Amino acid sequence: MMSTETLLSLSLIIPALGAIGVAASGRRPNLRESVTVLSGITLFACIALITSRYAAGERVDLLLGSLLPGLELRLTPEPLGLLFALLASGLWIPTSVYAVGYMRGNNEANQTRFYICFAVAIFAAMGIALAGNLITLFIFYEVLTLSTFPLVTHKGNADAKRGGRIYLGILLTTSIGLLLPAIVYTWHIAGTVDFVAGGILAGKTSPAMLALLYALFIFGIGKAATMPFHRWLPAAMVAPTPVSALLHAVAVVKAGVFTVLKITTYTFGLDLLTHTGASEVMMFIAAFTLLAASCVAMTKDNLKARLAYSTVSQLAYIVLGATLATAATIVGGGLHILMHAMAKITLFFCAGAIYTALHKTEISDLDGMGKVMPFTFAAFFIAALSIIGLPPLGGSWSKWWLMTGTVDADQYWILAVFGLSSLLSIAYLLPIPIRAFMRPARDNSYTGINEAPLASVAPLCLTAIGCIVLFFCAEPIVDWLMPITQDTTALAGATP
Amino acid sequence: MSFINQHLPALIILLPLLAAPICLLLRRGWLVAMPVCVLLLLLTILLLMRVMDAGVISYELGGWEPPFGIEYRIDAANALVALLIGLISAVVMIFAKRSVESELSTDRYSLFYSLWLLCITGLLGICITGDAFNVFVFLEISSLSGYGLIALGKGRGASLAALRYLIMGTLGGTFLLIGIGFLYAATGTLNMADITARLPQAANQRTVIAAMAFCFTGIGIKLAAFPLHQWLPEAYARAPSAITAWMASTATKVAAYALMRFVFTIMAAGGVAAAAVTQIGVPLAVGGMLIGSAIAIYQTELKKLLAWSSVAQIGYILLGIALASEAGLRAALLHMLNHGLIKGALFLALGCMIYRLCKEGGEIKLSQLAGISKRMPWTTAAFVAGGLSLIGVPLTAGFISKWALLEAALAANAAWLVVAILISSLMAVIYIWKIVEVAYFAEPAEDSATVTEAPASMLIPAWLLIAGNLYLGINSTFASDVAQRGAEALLAGVGT
Repeated sequence: MMSTETLLSLSLIIPALGAIGVAASGRRPNLRESVTVLSGITLFACIALITSRYAAGERVDLLLGSLLPGLELRLTPEPLGLLFALLASGLWIPTSVYAVGYMRGNNEANQTRFYICFAVAIFAAMGIALAGNLITLFIFYEVLTLSTFPLVTHKGNADAKRGGRIYLGILLTTSIGLLLPAIVYTWHIAGTVDFVAGGILAGKTSPAMLALLYALFIFGIGKAATMPFHRWLPAAMVAPTPVSALLHAVAVVKAGVFTVLKITTYTFGLDLLTHTGASEVMMFIAAFTLLAASCVAMTKDNLKARLAYSTVSQLAYIVLGATLATAATIVGGGLHILMHAMAKITLFFCAGAIYTALHKTEISDLDGMGKVMPFTFAAFFIAALSIIGLPPLGGSWSKWWLMTGTVDADQYWILAVFGLSSLLSIAYLLPIPIRAFMRPARDNSYTGINEAPLASVAPLCLTAIGCIVLFFCAEPIVDWLMPITQDTTALAGATP
Repeated sequence: MSFINQHLPALIILLPLLAAPICLLLRRGWLVAMPVCVLLLLLTILLLMRVMDAGVISYELGGWEPPFGIEYRIDAANALVALLIGLISAVVMIFAKRSVESELSTDRYSLFYSLWLLCITGLLGICITGDAFNVFVFLEISSLSGYGLIALGKGRGASLAALRYLIMGTLGGTFLLIGIGFLYAATGTLNMADITARLPQAANQRTVIAAMAFCFTGIGIKLAAFPLHQWLPEAYARAPSAITAWMASTATKVAAYALMRFVFTIMAAGGVAAAAVTQIGVPLAVGGMLIGSAIAIYQTELKKLLAWSSVAQIGYILLGIALASEAGLRAALLHMLNHGLIKGALFLALGCMIYRLCKEGGEIKLSQLAGISKRMPWTTAAFVAGGLSLIGVPLTAGFISKWALLEAALAANAAWLVVAILISSLMAVIYIWKIVEVAYFAEPAEDSATVTEAPASMLIPAWLLIAGNLYLGINSTFASDVAQRGAEALLAGVGT
């Protein structure tokens, strides 16, 4: 039986080995892609095992090394991180299968580099999910930025170069310019950067400084795409669709909002934020982002661009949940990471499948295509409903918890924001399947069913079903997440 | 062994000093210099080990007791700098063989290597001597041989650059000599420890203040502290590639060390010098950081680009010194080591490209790098890794220095310095990424089809330094321990 420490190190070693294996088998595509899928499955099993041991009450942490005296690289599993790790590693498997269909179907170049960077990105996501302190998290955060750059610029043309410049420019500027000083300042005043339930900043500085520090963190976490630092997300849509699917619906953006939730609960602490009101300014900015991005999404005719702005808006839900700093909104935020990931990856899979089968990227060209690609558009419809938040789909639960929390926090105006945003999401998402199924086809070159390759269609059906399944298993997840909002030392990992 | 241990400080000076004429006499350059450099590396490692064990080592040259004879006095601060010189000399010497063969004419080899050994002697001498006048002597040895080395570069520009450096350097040396003369006039001794003890009783404090000003300015020129940096970009750009890499990593670091020694040890009494260096040094350091980086962005000639980046990096080191605190000196010492490794690696990688791309040696323009990543993947990867370290991305040495420096700035309650450091880092992103984009995204020129990867004897040294960067980025506890001890040793006399 392997010790949990070994499993923790394996959660980094497996994707790293995956990257090396892909590099070594680059000349034989079948072997290369088997390596990718296989590492996905073993990684997921590994994380699942850690999770079950955590649930059984085992608390561990793993010291990876020490940068400077006191500044340690440390992995400490906790409920929110394990949820994110399960999500990222779990969705890596269907995405790998999907990518095989997409990359081959579109004859993309440099496929080996693509799979290597993909594995490195997952490696970084695992590091972020399991990080035991801010510095470890920051390091893997930067690895994630740099490893996804070659994926975003995969096509290598002028457009990709421009998109890559915006991507890297915004993410590096915010992380070095805002997040790093926030972490150094935290270290300076608190003398530690460990994640401790209940936070480490209570009584360390004035409320005004706390508010400034919180703003530095939220804006510094550029991956959470809070306006005005959201531009990288639409710019990154030049990437091949599997990248957009996994990285820009799951790993990268969720790493961002995950970090927001993590610092809110483990660095600041909910009590401190509610007592000092340090997160109030950011609440307005998140609410603004939420509505503004929904409005922008409606104006976009390019399918991926519309989904990108929808992502910006949905991320703002989670940031808003964090800034409200109540138990219900934190749980709702954590739940939304999962629910939105499942729904949004389905939507991106659909967009990619449409591109592979029909070579269409604009929404206005999709009239009548529902009959040509029935499975794809059915999956799209289900996922869209989940994003909107209708039962019986997973997305309804996260919105429920977020809305309950706004009432707890006596911020009724945010309830109105949530309601308005749901209406807006109906307006920008539902017309797509409606056009596809209801309107007569303008492009009559397709008769009968013309779906993308099976390797692409099967994953998107699977994740669409996942959206439904999640509706019925939300309760255990809520119970799983609830302890992170409690200020108990029992949660602080193995440290006695 | 005990003989070596006992006479370690003298051996470090005598070895290269005696090897230099042997180079000329035997008409063998590299064959003599290479083993000498390896021995020097071993000796400097041994020296650092002994200092970490035993604390301060004092060695009486020729058995004459100080203050009558010359004393070599080594603590953690100068042992660290000596190790840097030993390390960089050995690594760059491996690189030099092929590089020098392509850039110099055969009849100059032995001259070149003997000058280089003299220059190494001079720098090591400045490091380990405990006698103020001896500092001047070794400074002149290193400067005079340095002018010669730069003049040996290709093209007429080299002689002109050497002449400009000669004029500035002579001014600097003279200023230092005047400063030391004033100190002698005020105290009647040249031994550093003795000067420290007698300064408070000096009859004429105005002489002491004048001495301080002369020493600052003199060392400031050798350090290339803004605004005394004009000689540096031209000198680095025109020197042979190996010399550029070696000088950029060592010469300015030694000057920074000399500045520390004069300010904090020799003129420690009452902390007057420390207060003055804060008032004058901080603005100059910030000026160098921002203006150096800004000018680097607009350079198209790559050696000059890196040279201007050096001006900015010297600003970081000067900032650490100017903060005049333990944290600041620790950051400065760490950055001296780290920047030595970073710039060494970058200039070596650039040297590899020059070796393949510029048959005539010398200048290399940004446009010549178009698509180089396909022709020289390992060299380009080394350059990118060095560039990331220069930016200060986590897991590289550059991040550790930046962290230490930010910590020191916060400890001094200087938030605006934090902003300045971060802005300068972000400018580094721009000038490094400008190169990366050309190297990876631009189409290679037609005539570069025959360009292949650099020879192993040049590539391996570059990667050795990169490995050092990564190692120090992951585990800096020992380096930080040495730097901490160095900072304590330097500050031991201040305020007493």
